[in-house]
Amino acid sequence: MTIEEIYSVLKEKFGDSIGELVTNQPVDPYINVLPDKLFEICLELRDNPELDFDYLMCLSGVDFPETLQVVYHLYSMKKKHKIVLKVTVPKDNPKVPSVEKIWRSADWHEREAYDLFGIIFEGHHNLVRILLPYDWEGHPLRKDYKEPETYHGMRVPY
Amino acid sequence: MTTTRFIDIDFSKIESDRMRLNVGPQHPSTHGVLRLEVELDGEVVTNVIPHIGYLHRCFEKISENMNYQQVIPYVDRMDYISSMNNELAYVMAVEKLMDIKVPEKVEYIRVIMSELNRIANHQIAVATFGLDAGAFTPFLYLFRDREYILWIFEKASGGRLLFNYFWVGGLANDVYPTFKEDVLNIVKQVRKTNKEIEDLLIYNKIFIDRTANVGVLPADVAINYGCSGPVLRGSGVQFDLRKNEPYSIYDRFDFEIPIGKGEVGTVGDCWDRNIVRMREMEQSCRIIELAIAQMPNEGDVQAAIPKKIRPPKGEIYFRAENPKGELGFYIISDGKDKPYRVKGRAPSFVNLSVLPEISRGYLFADLIVILGSIDIVLGEVDR
Amino acid sequence: MGLLDRLDNPYETGGIILGTLEDILNWGRSKSDWYLHFGLACCAIEFMSMNASHFDFMRFGIIPRATPRQADFIMITGTVTLKMAERIKVLWEQMAEPKYCISVGSCANSGGPYWQYGYHVLKGVDRIIPVHVYVPGCPPRPEAMEEGMMKLQKLIDQQAIFRKRQKLAEEEKMFANQSKR
Repeated sequence: MTIEEIYSVLKEKFGDSIGELVTNQPVDPYINVLPDKLFEICLELRDNPELDFDYLMCLSGVDFPETLQVVYHLYSMKKKHKIVLKVTVPKDNPKVPSVEKIWRSADWHEREAYDLFGIIFEGHHNLVRILLPYDWEGHPLRKDYKEPETYHGMRVPY
Repeated sequence: MTTTRFIDIDFSKIESDRMRLNVGPQHPSTHGVLRLEVELDGEVVTNVIPHIGYLHRCFEKISENMNYQQVIPYVDRMDYISSMNNELAYVMAVEKLMDIKVPEKVEYIRVIMSELNRIANHQIAVATFGLDAGAFTPFLYLFRDREYILWIFEKASGGRLLFNYFWVGGLANDVYPTFKEDVLNIVKQVRKTNKEIEDLLIYNKIFIDRTANVGVLPADVAINYGCSGPVLRGSGVQFDLRKNEPYSIYDRFDFEIPIGKGEVGTVGDCWDRNIVRMREMEQSCRIIELAIAQMPNEGDVQAAIPKKIRPPKGEIYFRAENPKGELGFYIISDGKDKPYRVKGRAPSFVNLSVLPEISRGYLFADLIVILGSIDIVLGEVDR
Repeated sequence: MGLLDRLDNPYETGGIILGTLEDILNWGRSKSDWYLHFGLACCAIEFMSMNASHFDFMRFGIIPRATPRQADFIMITGTVTLKMAERIKVLWEQMAEPKYCISVGSCANSGGPYWQYGYHVLKGVDRIIPVHVYVPGCPPRPEAMEEGMMKLQKLIDQQAIFRKRQKLAEEEKMFANQSKR
């Protein structure tokens, strides 16, 4: 299926929760999605036999000046098509539904996004830091992050 | 006269205390700095909690502060066993974003180098897997051969392990005059050693007993966990990005995708994952031979290198088949010299997350074998 | 080799070697070093090559140990992150005196390529434990690691253990006298 067909299937089912389809990019077109119904949309994407997205390639957080964004790259092993979903949330309340129960690969990706960006995935069974130590402060991949002077008595800057 | 007495006890009904055992972060068989918190019932593993991040080297933050070209050395250091393949994925992502067409000769050299590095990676994977199962001799044989491959890399790029050889739009420098003969000699040597390894290790009864029917990963679980590479193919899924989504010039070569068939045990066990790597080495040899035959002699490898690397505003997710699985780079460009965001989707990171699922119910000694069969590199898991 | 000639025919040349006890002890110590391998990152792969064919580290009498309690020196090969640093400190403290440390690779020496933006990288392992030999390179060649090893052997060969023991005993005495008062 082409991305336009996938978009129309989703738009028909979920209406206003699906934002616009952006195709004027150099490479990948993507679909904007509102966070409120993300779990249902993803479940539909996986379980609808027409769409059959069984493989979550990548889940990344992005920090924009005002907002935080989560990007989902999905692929279908059988149908060989892929789509990109984008969810944008405000910085003061960065809450996104977790899709860990749909694709288990999202488990560690979501923990990583929480660790490095501070995006909170609601419904995740174990949302703790994964790469950094458990007592680390701040989320380093935010653009305004300042590295700490010391950590446990060790000087961090060069 | 004594009669034999059979004790009829269902051992699963006996309640026992659970023990928590800490493996790592510095342990000879964890393939680096992985820490495993293992919950044991007697000697049976009931749960494994991997703790990662002991080698978190801030790749993504650093790449936001570097030029596109300057990121390449850091990409090398992600999966430091197969640096050429990492470079290929990153460089092709940027080229696709900028819409650059590289010369024919560059494409061929890149494919030959990546496939050589794939062989080197699988040699380490099989060697350390043998070590985990208790076989030391294959380790010495395979490392001897790997050294020959590293010599070629060294002659071409100057580095033994980390190269910075592929540049956006070309190569750092041309290959040396006797490159083709050297590569063909290597291919011969690799095949010879692989034959030996099959006799020594792969079809060894002890090795089969240790690895067959251990750590079985069904295909649907593998897909749901996002596994890729030999871990996915070991479960019988015929999925290889070089074939399914051909990038570079892989569509010009005729090769097969080896998959696990459960020859000595169940489909998707440790032995299957290992045999996929052994057979992939053979396929890589085939690709190299074909590429050497087709490779043009003339051509400037630096012809297409742009003066200034400044991709247009936009984003790309490009994935390539690394020896360990699908390596993806998600690059967002805001039209400046430096990338706005680079995310590396590391295959080891995703493959490792399946470990708790497939190691429950096996003995503790099997856990080490299962971990070895996944073939992780911690530099890539933690980035 | 003069020494081997003497052993071939001990009756003619006497078969006696003169030297100080310190020299002989140091000779024994430096030629059978056991190390705690602390493989962290890329350098550990080169370290594996060094242990395997072609380079064969063990011909120097150097044997890998998995526990710090049996090790004479520790080899830090790779990037030390802040999460890892405390473990290194603990392992170093568990090792028995006399102990040495070889720092292999730019990352362990000074942070390497991660010195500027690596918020989670310790910029040099010498910030937490003393280092005796630095091996530069990113990653160093196996030959460079062997060179570093030989530098450490030279260092052990030249150590004055008896004078150090004497000095330690004097210090202990002084300390005991001080505490008596």
